[in-house]
Amino acid sequence: MEASNPSDRMTQGQRRWKMRKAIDVVARRVVEIGGISVIAAIALIFIFLLSVVYPLFDQPSIKAIGQYETPGTNDETLYLAIEEQAEIGLRVGQSGSLLFFNVENGEVISEKSLPIVADNHITSFKVVNEANRLLAVGLQSGELLFFQHHYELEFTETARIIHPDILYPYGEEAFRVTDGPILDFAIGDNEDSTAVIVRTDHGKVVYQSFDKESSFIDDATTLESSDKDEILTVDPVLGLLVDPEQEWAYILTEDGNLSAYDIRGDSFDLREKVQVTEGDVRPTTIKFLTGGISLLIGDSSGKLSQWFQVRSDGDLEFRLDKIRDTQIDNSPVVSLATEQLRKGVIAASQAGKIKLLYTTSERDLLSLSASDSAIQTLAVAPRADIFIAEDRHRNIKAWHIDNHHPETSLSAIWGKIWYEDYVKPDYIWQSSSASSDFEPKYSLVPLTFGTLKAAFYAMLFAMPLAICGAIFTAYFMAPSMRAIVKPSIEIMEALPTVILGFLAGLWLAPFVELHLPGVFSIFVLMPLGIIALALVWWKLPGSAKRYIPEGWQAAVLIIPVILIALLCVSVSPFIERILFDGDIRIWMSEELGIGFDQRNALIIGIAMGFAVIPTIFSIAEDAIFSVPKHLTSGSLALGATPWQTLIRVVLLSASPGIFSAVMIGFGRAVGETMIVLMATGNTPVMDFSIFQGMRTLSANVAVELPESEMDSTHYRILFLAAFVLFIFTFFFNTVAEIVRQRLRKKYSSL
Amino acid sequence: MNTEKLGFFKSGTPWVWLNAGAVSISMIMVVGLLILIAVRGLGHFWPKTIWEIDYLEGGNQVVLLGERSKIEAVSAKQLVASGLHLDFEEEFVERTLLKVGNRDMYGVDFKLIVKPAEIEVRKPVDAIVFERTQWGNFYGFLQSINENGSTLAVKPEMLWSELQERLKRVDELRDEIHEIEKFDIGKINYKLEKLRLSERSIELSGIQDAEAIAEIAAQRKVLDDEYEVLKGKLGKLYVAISRDQALMTIQNGQEKLIKLAGVIKASKPNAMGVGTKLIHYFVNLKNFVSDDPREANTEGGIFPAIFGTVMMVLLMSVIVTPFGVIAAIYLREYAKQGFVTRLVRISVNNLAGVPSIVYGVFGLGFFVYFLGGNIDQLFYPEALPSPTFGSGGLLWASLTLALLTLPVVIVATEEGLARIPRSVREGSLALGATKAETLWRTVIPMASPAMMTGLILAVARAAGEVAPLMLVGAVKLAPSLPLDLNAPFLHLERKFMHLGFHIYDVGFQSPNVEAARPLVYATALILVVVIVLLNLSAIYIRNHLREKYRTMEH
Repeated sequence: MEASNPSDRMTQGQRRWKMRKAIDVVARRVVEIGGISVIAAIALIFIFLLSVVYPLFDQPSIKAIGQYETPGTNDETLYLAIEEQAEIGLRVGQSGSLLFFNVENGEVISEKSLPIVADNHITSFKVVNEANRLLAVGLQSGELLFFQHHYELEFTETARIIHPDILYPYGEEAFRVTDGPILDFAIGDNEDSTAVIVRTDHGKVVYQSFDKESSFIDDATTLESSDKDEILTVDPVLGLLVDPEQEWAYILTEDGNLSAYDIRGDSFDLREKVQVTEGDVRPTTIKFLTGGISLLIGDSSGKLSQWFQVRSDGDLEFRLDKIRDTQIDNSPVVSLATEQLRKGVIAASQAGKIKLLYTTSERDLLSLSASDSAIQTLAVAPRADIFIAEDRHRNIKAWHIDNHHPETSLSAIWGKIWYEDYVKPDYIWQSSSASSDFEPKYSLVPLTFGTLKAAFYAMLFAMPLAICGAIFTAYFMAPSMRAIVKPSIEIMEALPTVILGFLAGLWLAPFVELHLPGVFSIFVLMPLGIIALALVWWKLPGSAKRYIPEGWQAAVLIIPVILIALLCVSVSPFIERILFDGDIRIWMSEELGIGFDQRNALIIGIAMGFAVIPTIFSIAEDAIFSVPKHLTSGSLALGATPWQTLIRVVLLSASPGIFSAVMIGFGRAVGETMIVLMATGNTPVMDFSIFQGMRTLSANVAVELPESEMDSTHYRILFLAAFVLFIFTFFFNTVAEIVRQRLRKKYSSL
Repeated sequence: MNTEKLGFFKSGTPWVWLNAGAVSISMIMVVGLLILIAVRGLGHFWPKTIWEIDYLEGGNQVVLLGERSKIEAVSAKQLVASGLHLDFEEEFVERTLLKVGNRDMYGVDFKLIVKPAEIEVRKPVDAIVFERTQWGNFYGFLQSINENGSTLAVKPEMLWSELQERLKRVDELRDEIHEIEKFDIGKINYKLEKLRLSERSIELSGIQDAEAIAEIAAQRKVLDDEYEVLKGKLGKLYVAISRDQALMTIQNGQEKLIKLAGVIKASKPNAMGVGTKLIHYFVNLKNFVSDDPREANTEGGIFPAIFGTVMMVLLMSVIVTPFGVIAAIYLREYAKQGFVTRLVRISVNNLAGVPSIVYGVFGLGFFVYFLGGNIDQLFYPEALPSPTFGSGGLLWASLTLALLTLPVVIVATEEGLARIPRSVREGSLALGATKAETLWRTVIPMASPAMMTGLILAVARAAGEVAPLMLVGAVKLAPSLPLDLNAPFLHLERKFMHLGFHIYDVGFQSPNVEAARPLVYATALILVVVIVLLNLSAIYIRNHLREKYRTMEH
């Protein structure tokens, strides 16, 4: 190698240079790619949250999947239904024929007929329980026949086969209710009992209730008659209804008169008569919304209205109230179908228009012109993904709908909604319940309110302490003491909030409850005591003052502050005895009507205040400390006192910095989770009282997200709550950051 | 400067003092909080006196035995309001929360008693407290020891040492049982589960591989046999361990047989001197840190929670450091400084202020459900429908917290890079070094303490963060540690315990909050000590660094 000539050496040097150059380029690429991908990962949070939230506000889409002539004989269709898998439909015909057909192409799969003797025939039909697929027909002979469509699933190696069948849970024998023909009837049915009202000829309406007796030997159930009652109606009747819990029965006449009967007792008591339509408008159809609480009434003007029993504030009487209505079409509403698991409705008009809507969120999801003649019958699959409609010309059309989150809309999340069983429209958060026909209440308002309330009380506690502390530390404090105070406060910031929450919930909350008057007297006496001490200091002769150098007031105050606090706590029982009759909580609830939660906003204020003090303190302190020295020296040189200089010069120029400190502190208080989770009762109430708890967005997410089903509406709404928190804090922090950067620029130019 | 002439209020003195008061209040709160946690946390391990109290209850005199765990003054009126009947006149009553233990007999561990109803209070030297594997503490007096049902003929003064001898034997047996159950049988179960999964994956692949199935069956047979052997061994050990019983007397002469198999530790705190108590104190402390929790986490130690926290934090550090540093270097050294960089910098800064629960939500949705779900579909179809990576676990928790602490590392590193004087870089470049070389050889080594600071702060933040972990993998009780002797040793998909979550869970979700309270304080103390130490070291490094650059600039 030593004999290598200069040109060789050159190439070696060049090679090395090339090598180094290459490494440089590679390093640059790696860092660039790495850096950009890290920044992209951060942006991903935003995009991902948005992508989960977005479908909530997506419009549903619909696709026609089939059109065919009504299968079966030429009789009138009484009822159409679709089974769970949305593959097989059922048609009940006027003649008693039961036909299972393919939903997409109308091919007949199997055909059965009801066991009705030759001289008898069907005079009426009703769905008893849609979820259990229990149906009934009323007969000429005054009898009712119950039947159930049933589907057996079979899994083979390659496919799933559905075997449709008809069962007779109360036996194949028809069931005698009255003597005349059953022209119309309604059945309320639950696990224990069944209530029936039938309308027979000459306007006679018979009410009868039955207890269910199930045999232990086989699955058969028999009905035992318990109560019976009879009334007469004069007006022509449009419809009868009995709710599944057998509390109310309704009779709607053709001229729009709705009578509500209380059937909770043994009898059939008329409670109320309401006119449901106005003027010439006549009701055309009536049906229960899923759950059997709300009535849906369609009328000849094309409107659909929702009614339910409201227990008015104060008195215990129920009153039927119109909750909301919506225009379906300009022609009369002729048929209705309700979703089984949600409060969705499909309504069709005489002119062949179909509209999908959702009651709770008051959303008109979509509408389409399905036919040029009236839609006679509608059916929705249990999972609400397929629906079919039959028009007057015996044409059936089938559609597939993608409609995953109809229960949300901006107004349902942020506005007042009148929920079933509530006395008035309100903001409610109640995301889940044991019952399946429960109406979920997704108003984020109580949670946002709780978040702001918690943050408000925390700021109320933290702001004076943090800002005053920052002023003293930055402007008055002796440097050697500052070197201790600043790191201590910084360590305070690092304390895990789970520890603060645990202390707040298990130590502070019981302590405050026991010493409530003492705690409040601390808030009053502490500032007064400090001022009094300052006065004492002021009056001291100059020689005594020299013992404590300027800038050490905070150290002097430590013992008095502790003493004042101890004094307040120790006199607390005496204050309680003298002023509040021994127990302040009882006194408050009796004299002032203020309820007391042990884990309340006061606790949150103190605990979360503790958590945000260091944030506000350190930023505000930086802002005040970095006010250029020549400004203050100038002011002092002109004869201003240190306090005047502070107020007129220092605070004025540092105020943007203090403002941004408060913003950032507020952002932190809004997002804090563990403290509120552990130190409040987590009840979503809207009460600003300092003695009541709250539920915040963040605590709600922490509690409910692990239990919510992926991609359900609940899941997405919790993501929305997180997204709201994200945007909220990001906004506040950005404002604060921009203010701070401006301030820094200003200082550097001074 | 002549403020004296201005008058008290005009001079601003009271306001200055009020500001000073704010500082002292803040300092008192910080220090007071630390002291509160320290006293309560450390006090838990000190052997407490057992009191024997003749107590008047509903007209009858009863004898109570237990530890005073909280004493407070309550107004008589509140007591009456809570339904207590009082036969005395005082305005304020001293109320004691007496830990009477013996939950298997009384149903609860605690009893509230009031001072005026205490007739006589004694400190019996012979009172014994048993720490048990079940039912909490037991308080009583030792009467005799039974072996296989028959009473041992031991002199009364030798009873106590005999009991300790026998407890030592029980302890050894218990260790042996634990060894077998946890390690040997755990290993077999792990292998069996592996076999089940490989069988299932053969099934799923649709190929009829009779040979492989036979192979699996053979292996299973071997494992089953091993298991049978162990089971026999265990059965013998269980017989041996339940040989001895202690006959104890409790209040009012009632007798109770306690199986020594369930006794972890027996002590006579009233007979101990300060020295003995100190020894017991440190033994208790050591056991707390190194034992597994018992009784729904309300007793025993917190070892798995410490282990889980450390594992998670280590993993997080491994992830966050390179990415944070690269991003900072990119922003500071490579990216064109302009509007976009400024925007990015502000965003990164702000991310530090985004609530941690938002990261948890993101972690659950993106890492666990989206990534984890897809990984399960692709790589672990045989285990479905039970998720492998599709539910919260160590990896996802570490990734989520890495994302959460990324801004901390980026900001700290950037600050460190910014502090390095231009002259250093220019000097290196002028000597012919490429940019990469300049960075690698001079800039990064100089900025490394800043990176260290960032990492320490990140670790401190991650160790204390609980809200996101509730969503992505921390659990109340993890059946096994994420690191063990079964290949592949590190189980990233496993759920883990965490100190912070442990505090939340035991303090708020546990069935017996009162009994668990001292334990929560002790756990909190450990967490606080770790975090305060980490922060102090970060502050120290930072201050040290500032000094260094100050000297360099001049």
